[in-house]
Amino acid sequence: MSSGKNYKKVAYYPGCALEGTAQAYDRSTKEVGKALGLELEEVKNWNCCGAMEVKNIDPKIQTYLSSRVMSIAANEMGHDVVMAPCNGCYHNLKKAEYDLQNDQESRKVVDRISTKAGHDTYQAGQVETIHALDWIRDEIGEEGLRERTKGALKGLKVANYYGCMYTRPRHIFPEKDQGEGSESTLTPHFMDDLLAAAGAENVDFPLKTACCGGAHTLSDSDTSTLLVTNILKAAEASGAEVIATECPTCHSGLEMHQIRAEKNFGYKSNVKIVYFTQLLGLALGLKPKAVGLHENISNSTDLLREKGIA
Amino acid sequence: MPIHEEHLIRPENLKTHENLVIDGVDVSGHWSTFIESRVVTDYNEAIEEEISSLPGGEFIHRCWQCGSCTNSCTVNAVNPEFNPRYWIYLIRMGMESELLRDRDIIWQCVSCNKCTYACPRDVMPEGVMKATAHWLELKGHTPKSPSTVFDEVFAGQVIETGKIEEGRVLRHFLKRTGQPMIQPWLVEMVKRMVFGLPLKMLIHLGLANIFRPRTSQWARARSAINEYVAEKEDEHQTALGLDDLVELAKQEVTSKSTPAGE
Ligand code: SF4
Ligand code: SF4
Repeated sequence: MSSGKNYKKVAYYPGCALEGTAQAYDRSTKEVGKALGLELEEVKNWNCCGAMEVKNIDPKIQTYLSSRVMSIAANEMGHDVVMAPCNGCYHNLKKAEYDLQNDQESRKVVDRISTKAGHDTYQAGQVETIHALDWIRDEIGEEGLRERTKGALKGLKVANYYGCMYTRPRHIFPEKDQGEGSESTLTPHFMDDLLAAAGAENVDFPLKTACCGGAHTLSDSDTSTLLVTNILKAAEASGAEVIATECPTCHSGLEMHQIRAEKNFGYKSNVKIVYFTQLLGLALGLKPKAVGLHENISNSTDLLREKGIA
Repeated sequence: MPIHEEHLIRPENLKTHENLVIDGVDVSGHWSTFIESRVVTDYNEAIEEEISSLPGGEFIHRCWQCGSCTNSCTVNAVNPEFNPRYWIYLIRMGMESELLRDRDIIWQCVSCNKCTYACPRDVMPEGVMKATAHWLELKGHTPKSPSTVFDEVFAGQVIETGKIEEGRVLRHFLKRTGQPMIQPWLVEMVKRMVFGLPLKMLIHLGLANIFRPRTSQWARARSAINEYVAEKEDEHQTALGLDDLVELAKQEVTSKSTPAGE
């Protein structure tokens, strides 16, 4: 739900994955923003948010790492909105916000490390953290997308996959589950709404918020492959041609374990994995190269070309 | 009579008798299976407190054993032995030896937070799983799990440079867990990746290995974080009653390095 803040120009926190394996997500997010007339200003000299790992060493260090990013956006750049397209970053910034709001001990640790590190301590409430989905949905809206895309994704059957970090645990997302117009943590729909506005045909996909095993993608690969296989099977069973993603960890997890399922367990699947920003970019008339379609491991170019989308 | 939910009982606790006569009545066949009775005497009442002193374990006392966590659990769906509700029960009861039977799978929690979402008591079972896995390692019941090794490699790099470079994390992890870099699926993935990539990208990826991404002016943050980590480690060690052991180990090391007879 819109907080009433203006998302036309926001601080942009890409995070490590978007500089590495998920360059296509970074590229397509920026290009879509440009095409829609939205401005992104990258957080200066940002650091890693801690991903899914640092909290297991100590959760308060993760809180510090995320708070530093928000502190720079607020105190050094004067922003009141930070947009993070990565579910992990988005989740961690939200979690830090919650902890700094509610936990005295976290505030103390963050203040202590920030002071020693030589920057202003982030104070809860200084910025609002949003996902790329909120950004487009609130600033452009479904109607705006409908006008600009003219149903360009028509005939494309999409399974929308949100993963874990976008909705769980519920308490760090106080703006969700607030009825009409807000996001649902049980059956999220913002991505569905945006892609439907661009003409896509969303299939009834039961595993929207299932886990891809991203946290153990390397340390317990067989479990991850099994979990991804379930997701791929469910997507194909519901008739999807592509799985739309909004998280670099989910995206690369699906791509990697699709291959692993084939190589190690002989399960071959045909469904393609595409970032939702890539689909929106194509729907807005951008070239496949511009949205980094060639950088995906899962090759969707032929399919999208056949459909007249790419 | 068949025992319902037989899979819930460990096979070694089921006793089936071929021919059984009780009080002169032949009960062979259907009535011949019994559950071994047992007496638990080795309660370790310190476990709950120790686990609640580790990050994530703080709210274990709130659990009322409803089972929603296990019911919603991602890993439980692929391995029924993975049972958060049961482990929380064992920890709260102090049934250490029962808990230790599952020591090799507790670390497999994938942090999906389905349990946290479902729990009506805000126990944060995901955190409890992490704290328990951590406890098992600190107490020396299990070696460091691959997951912990990965967390350490990852966090190490973040604390050192402020950022992550994925290729580097992957290489270090495979090295520390003794796995070869050449995994068939990895080769296939790189092949497909390279296939679609323009030369510019490849050069960029290559360069990322040389010019590691880092946050500038990170040194002060690094030392502040390291100082905090060290303090926390000491606290955990004390909470788990490991101080004496560590002291002993230190003495052992120093006495070994002192030549005999002096
Ligand atoms: S869902 Fe919560 S209260 Fe219920 S058994 Fe699990 S931890 Fe205990
Ligand atoms: S966070 Fe761990 S324990 Fe909880 S549901 Fe997911 S895998 Fe199971």
